[in-house]
Amino acid sequence: MTADAPAQSGAAKASTAKASIGTTSAAKSSPAKSGAGKSGAGKGSTAKAATATATERLQRLLALVPYVVSRNVVGMAETAAAFGITERELVDDLNMLWCVELRSPDPYCPIDLSYEGGEIVVSEAEAIDRPLRLGVDEACALLIALRMLAELPTIGAGSALSRTIAKLEQAAGAAAGPSAQVAVQLDEVPAESAAAHVADALTRGKRLHISYYVPGRDEATERDVDPMRLLMVEGHSYLEGWCRRAEDVRLFRLDRILAIEVLDVAKEVPADAEQVDVDHGLFRPSPQDVHVVFELAAAGRWVAEYYPTEQVTELADGRLRVRLRTPDTQWVRRLALRLGEDGRLISPPELAEQVVADATSALGHYA
Amino acid sequence: MSRRKTERLLSLVVCLLSARRYLTASQIREAVPGYPDSFEAFKRMFERDKDELRELGIPLETGTNAAGEEEAGYRISRQAYELPDIRLEPDEVAVLGLAARVWRRAELAGAAEGALLKLRAAGIDAEDLSQPGIEPRVQTPEAAFGPLWEAVRDRRPVAFGYRGAGRSTAQRRNLQPWGVVNRRGRWYVVGQDTDRGAERVFRLSRIDGAVSFTGPAGTVSVPPGTDVRAAVRDWDSEPSAPHSCQLRVRSGAGYGLRRHALRSEPADVPGWDLVELTYSDTAWWSEHVASFGADVIVVEPTDLRDAVIGRLKGVLA
Repeated sequence: MTADAPAQSGAAKASTAKASIGTTSAAKSSPAKSGAGKSGAGKGSTAKAATATATERLQRLLALVPYVVSRNVVGMAETAAAFGITERELVDDLNMLWCVELRSPDPYCPIDLSYEGGEIVVSEAEAIDRPLRLGVDEACALLIALRMLAELPTIGAGSALSRTIAKLEQAAGAAAGPSAQVAVQLDEVPAESAAAHVADALTRGKRLHISYYVPGRDEATERDVDPMRLLMVEGHSYLEGWCRRAEDVRLFRLDRILAIEVLDVAKEVPADAEQVDVDHGLFRPSPQDVHVVFELAAAGRWVAEYYPTEQVTELADGRLRVRLRTPDTQWVRRLALRLGEDGRLISPPELAEQVVADATSALGHYA
Repeated sequence: MSRRKTERLLSLVVCLLSARRYLTASQIREAVPGYPDSFEAFKRMFERDKDELRELGIPLETGTNAAGEEEAGYRISRQAYELPDIRLEPDEVAVLGLAARVWRRAELAGAAEGALLKLRAAGIDAEDLSQPGIEPRVQTPEAAFGPLWEAVRDRRPVAFGYRGAGRSTAQRRNLQPWGVVNRRGRWYVVGQDTDRGAERVFRLSRIDGAVSFTGPAGTVSVPPGTDVRAAVRDWDSEPSAPHSCQLRVRSGAGYGLRRHALRSEPADVPGWDLVELTYSDTAWWSEHVASFGADVIVVEPTDLRDAVIGRLKGVLA
């Protein structure tokens, strides 16, 4: 029941580059230390320890030591990338770890490490050589997601998923408990075979031919699509691809694909084709959109819940005025007919007149 | 400030993890650099530090080394602290990477990232993809998700304003939440409605304003055998389709109806097809049929035909 959501060109880029990785020379600007005289190291480092709070940084430091220990020796650049920090910040972290000093009964330094030549080695890590246990939120976030994936036949990873779930439950212990109280159920996709075809085309880099139902215009269209992604978002599965008919990136809801075929043609997605930024909702505003205003009776308030609105105003008696934008006036006409007396299209007036003509013509069949 | 605090907390964790015995506050103050000289100021800071460590999930234990010892001490048990050994096969690592990305930018994205960081620290590189291009996502645009997840996690009762379907005003509801479920892209909370004395399902997008906690953690008990998924499924599902109808559908139109047709054959009027379908709710179905305008005509039954005519007349009213 959601609005048809074609991807418009000019959508914001889906992902931005991660924090940049510092140059390798950054590692050499700090003293690579040997054994004695620890007090000076790390001082005066101006690397901004970013916006991380003290406890966020503590979490990172506690993960950093076991990260290195479990790999014996690991490169600076690789490590900085894994933690999403710059090499400067990494050097600052390593210095802070190395500087830990406990005073009782006798002063001693529990952590010893070096990062000479761009490689980190931890030779002494005392008690923090294993990562901290997973917290409840952490364990549950992964388990909820894994169980959701286990319901998707498309992923084709049933056995890997159940093994991973079992191992993670084991490792998380009691922290895994609340995950049983959260569940994500995707659409009961009747078009499982469509998903399988999309996955197949993605894996082999082939073009798809689909027959696609556009509910707003109530038509079936034939298209060749070069697949980019199989997305599962807002409860539905979508094929994202370069539509050769529209010459643009489009999203196709899998349960609206009437027929699908993997063609024996290599896909050709233009280099400048941009993925849809689904994190900000599937509806992409476009300058060509029409602004429409409905006045809804209480029984028509669901419209404000189902479709992305630009403005919602409460009127008397539980009535609502909503403003929407859409590229598809045909969809607006159908919505107005569906609403009947539960909603009135106010603007644009020429579209409202069209709706009256539609209703009159339909009633003509019953005369 | 923040830097010195990180240094102090780090030293404190290392100190307590290395200790084989419970350390008293005074012993900790001696061993860990960075605490103020005044004992009172130290106490206050140490209390805050303990809270912050516990918030991070660091299991700080309190106890005494021998019976009869007066002052309680602190330690962190390595066994309680450490992530147990976990080894994953390459295909398991791949699905873990996929799972961690499910939440991205949604409510539990930070938690998933944190989990991945710890698993990376355990030597697991969950970066590669099993199948390129497959991206399952869960989104949490509803502001109520965060507090309700916390309430379910911590077993706390809640209250919120709720606007039922077709209602214009919100009503205050008191709930012992049992679980949150996402179905077809929408979040629901299931629990015991303490005012109604019955199990209820609420849609998060209809929650009006803030969710407040009305009791302490651990005071909600989920009845054994509760299936929160089934509760939402039952609430949301349409009943099976008991009615059948005959529609005249213009050729080349009405695909939304034809896809679910039981039968379809050319009608006796050229340019039209006779299509047979089933439906469950006459009111809803009449709206759906009316939305096709002049492309679809109800042949039978009469009540559906009258309902569609009523809808269309409503447009003109």
